[in-house]
Parts: sequence; structure tokens; C-alpha cells
Amino acid sequence: MDYSQFLLMTPEVTLALALIVLLVADLVMGNDKSKQYFQTLALVVFGIHTIYNFIQGEISGQQEAFSGMYLTSNIHVFVKNMLNVGTLLVLIFSIEWNKKENSNHIAEFYLLMMSTLFGMYLMVSSGDFLLFYLGLETASIPMATLVALNKKRNESAEAAAKYILTAGFSSAVMLFGISLIYGSCGGSLYFCDVVKSFAATPVQIMAMIFFMAGVAFKISLVPFHLWTADTYQGAPTSVTAYLSVMSKGAAAFAFMIVMWKAFTVSNVAETVWHNILWWIIVITITVGNIFAIRQKNLKRFLAFSSISQAGYVMLGLMSGTSMGMGSMVYYLLVYLFTNLAAFGVISNIEDKCGKVGMDDYDGLYETNPKMAVVMMLAMFSLGGIPPFAGFFSKFFIFASAAQAGEYLLVFIALANTIISLFYYLLVVKAMFINKSNNPIAPFKSDNASLVGLTICTIAMLVLGLISPVYEQLLAWSFGVN
Amino acid sequence: MIPVEFYLVVSTLLFFIGVFGFIARKNLVGVLMSIELILNAVNINFVAFNRYLFPGQLEGYIYSLFVIVVAAAETAVAIAIIMNIYRRKGNETVNSIKELKN
Repeated sequence: MDYSQFLLMTPEVTLALALIVLLVADLVMGNDKSKQYFQTLALVVFGIHTIYNFIQGEISGQQEAFSGMYLTSNIHVFVKNMLNVGTLLVLIFSIEWNKKENSNHIAEFYLLMMSTLFGMYLMVSSGDFLLFYLGLETASIPMATLVALNKKRNESAEAAAKYILTAGFSSAVMLFGISLIYGSCGGSLYFCDVVKSFAATPVQIMAMIFFMAGVAFKISLVPFHLWTADTYQGAPTSVTAYLSVMSKGAAAFAFMIVMWKAFTVSNVAETVWHNILWWIIVITITVGNIFAIRQKNLKRFLAFSSISQAGYVMLGLMSGTSMGMGSMVYYLLVYLFTNLAAFGVISNIEDKCGKVGMDDYDGLYETNPKMAVVMMLAMFSLGGIPPFAGFFSKFFIFASAAQAGEYLLVFIALANTIISLFYYLLVVKAMFINKSNNPIAPFKSDNASLVGLTICTIAMLVLGLISPVYEQLLAWSFGVN
Repeated sequence: MIPVEFYLVVSTLLFFIGVFGFIARKNLVGVLMSIELILNAVNINFVAFNRYLFPGQLEGYIYSLFVIVVAAAETAVAIAIIMNIYRRKGNETVNSIKELKN
């Protein structure tokens, strides 16, 4: 065996090392006195991992290790770095929550978070259905324990039960699809072998639909979105942020890789999944938007908003060109910072006064103007108002789909953007215009989340205006062939 | 020798029994067992395909081993969560988890 293949797996190897270090540290720091340093240590170790992977050199072209089981390229590494940054932001936002509400399970929080991240890495760079499945499960089983972390609250347990049962069901359905693929595609599960014998026979189409259903649960596309709102509402807020951004982003990227590499013979428009995905996107965007309008709980509201955002993300798959991939990764990058800013504000306010209802945000601008402004920027960016990054990400992803001739789909998505503006602006209206007799009292948030919110805000304002980011992504990404 | 189709009939039946159970069972442990049924259908598929269609290789067998191991991990976590619900609510039916609403 050629051990130098592990050099290609730098992100996985360093993350595994970080995990082992923290696991041992948790064992060694047995007593309560030294336990208080665990959080600092974990943040430092994860920070080193993030920075180390960020400064790695470029990879030339697409490379594979372990005879095609593991694929990597610059865009894969970029997605992993993006997940690292997002996780670091979530960890920063959760410092205060960990100290207050989770002081007995701090080590578990960090270790589970990082093992789900490890699963997402494997999922993103899988070149075989086995590794894809293992990555998906490694990402979703610890996630269920994270959702259930708040043992004393009923909602947390309920959300976790809903999550683990639907996740188990969806992965079982996906596995049934994979087993049919195994039988009908020549007995190999490597993407490159599957695509050779994929001839769209009825059994293969059924297998593919089962597979798509399983992954669509993970990305919460519409016929499979029923767990999303309950799980997002019941989970601890930092875990919700993690679920809505990292889990969704990694699964969406991995989904694109699988669909393009394993089920696309010539070009996307002629594939079977093209029409299926077309309808799924239309339904996802519309249903997500319509249900978001009537939500009163902000976490639930963001759950439905993230469902419709997932629909927009899927537009990147429709073109099959490198522009589709580039704009999808760019969309995920912008969505990460934007959504984390919104969740940062929500978790800050929840930590201070335990309020998550939209009515509770009435008059927030009067009492906490900075928080209100960050939330407003996040809502504008999610809705796609021009100077902010969200506009550019939507623009590029629409452009990539339009370039492939999907004019009707782009039109429907555009019409939905207008609906979505309505409910995003409802939050802004609540904060700036509505008067409240009992507003959220002015508070000072901790320094760590201020740093996190500042990073997110700068990213929202600047990412759209710095064109090299998108150009670099475009240069790194690749199309179907 | 029994033809491969017979195995597929069994596994498909098992799959749909599992899907039905997942939707219809009221007890959370029953729901979990339905998921296990689907996973067993998957394993039958993998092993039958490997034995009949591709006898020279091991990929299907190995995949089914992985499925068993991951299913065990998943069940452990799910049982822990269900037990937590049982301790808090006093029963573990689907009706006990409907607090989260708008």
C-alpha cells in the first residue's frame, strides 16, 4: 500500500489528530478545576486545524486516492475550508451558551461537532457509494446526539427523536437504492464505474430515485422536509445553526458530485434526474417560502427559509457546467456567513433573555441597535437585496441555470425571491417599526460573539464586491465531463 | 438452486413492510424496528446480488457488513434518545412528541 496517499487527505488527517488530542485532553482533565480550560484548548486546536488547512498549497487538477475511493481537488479543499470556518464561527457563538447551559457536557459538544465535521469531509470527497454512505452516517448520527444535548428540555429530546428516526429512515431508503444500483450497474460502486453502465433502465431509475430521496432528506428538499422545522426549533441554537449551514452545505455539494459523476452520461439536460430535480426545486422554493410567511418562532422561520434556500442551491446542479459548480459553492459560502450572522444574533438574544419569538423582537432597534442592524443585513442578504453578498450569489446561480436554458425555472425562482423578500422584511419591520411595551432589555454580548458577528457582517458586505473570490472558485470548479 | 428473483421478492416485501411500519407504528421503538427491517432488506439485496450476479468479488458482502455496523451505532443512539423521552414523558409513543408547533 502506498502510504503517501494519506498526504492528499490532509484535512481529514489533521481533523482526526485534533479529535484524538481533544479526546485525550478530556480524559486527562478529569477534575472540574482544569475542565474550565477545555473550551479554550478545543478552540485553539480547532483554530490551528483551520489555519493549517487554509495555508496548504493548491492541488493540480482532480486527484484520487485509494483507487478512486477518495477524490480531491481545489474545490473540494475549498468546501472543506469553508466548513472549517463555519464550524469555527458556530463554536465561537456557542461559547457563552456552553458556559451557562451546557457546562457539564462541554467536551461532548466539541467532540461530537468535530466528528460530524469529519463525516462531512468524507461525504464531500467520496468517490464511491460506500464512502458516501459512511460519511453521511458519520455526519448524521453524532448530529442527533448534538440535537439531544440539552437533556433537561423536552423539546431537545423530541427534536432529536424526530431527527434520528427520519435520518435513519432516509439513509435506509438510500441504501435500498444503492443496493439496486449495485445489482444493476455491474457490481461496482465506484462513481466512475456506475456511470459507465448507467443506461436508465427502469430498475436503475428507481434506484436513483431512492438514492435522491435519501440525500434530499439531508438537504431538506421539499417532499422530505418534514423534520426540518421541528428539529431546528427544538435543538440548541448553535446546533441549529450548524445543521442549517454546514450539514446542508456539505450534503448539497456531495449530492452534486454524485449526480454529476455517477448518473450523468453525457450532459445534464438529457439525464433522467433533470426533470425530477426541476420539479423538486420548484416545489421546494415555493413551499419553503409559503410556509415561512406564517411562522412566529424565529428558529422555525429560519428553518423554512433554509428550505427555500436549499432549493436555490440546487439550481447549481441544473447546468452541469463549471459555472454551475462555482456559483453553487459561492452561494453556499455566502449563505454560510449570512445565516450564521442571523443565528449569531438569535443565540445571543436567547442566551441573554431566552426569547425567540418574532413578536419579542419588536422594538429591538430602540434597545439593541447593533444587533438589529446585523440582523437586518442578514435578512437583506438572504432576501437578495443588491449591495449585499446574497444578491450576487443569487445572481450567479440564476445566471448559471439560465445559461443552460432553464428560463422557466429561473423565472419561477425569481418570482419566489419576491415572496421571500416579504417575509424577510417582516423581521426587519418588527425590529425597526413595531413598537413594543416590553422590549428586549439592552445587553452587552460577550466579546467572542462580537468577533464572530463582526466577521459575518464584513463577509456579507464585502464578499459580493470582491470579484476575485468568485473568479477563483470558477477557475477551480469543473463541469460534468 | 433458488433463482435470484426470489430473494428480490423477499427483500422488496421486507422493504415495504418497513416503510409501512415506519409510517403506521405508534411506538417509537416499533418505528426503529421498522427501520431495521428496511436495512435487512438492503442486506438481503446486497448479499443475493453478490452471490448470484458477481460471485467473484466481495464488494456486496463487505457493504452489508458496513450496513450492519452502522445500523447498530444508529440504533444505540436512537434507543438512548427514546429512553430519554420515556423518562421525561412516561411513555414512548409518537403522540408524546408533539410539543413543537408554531
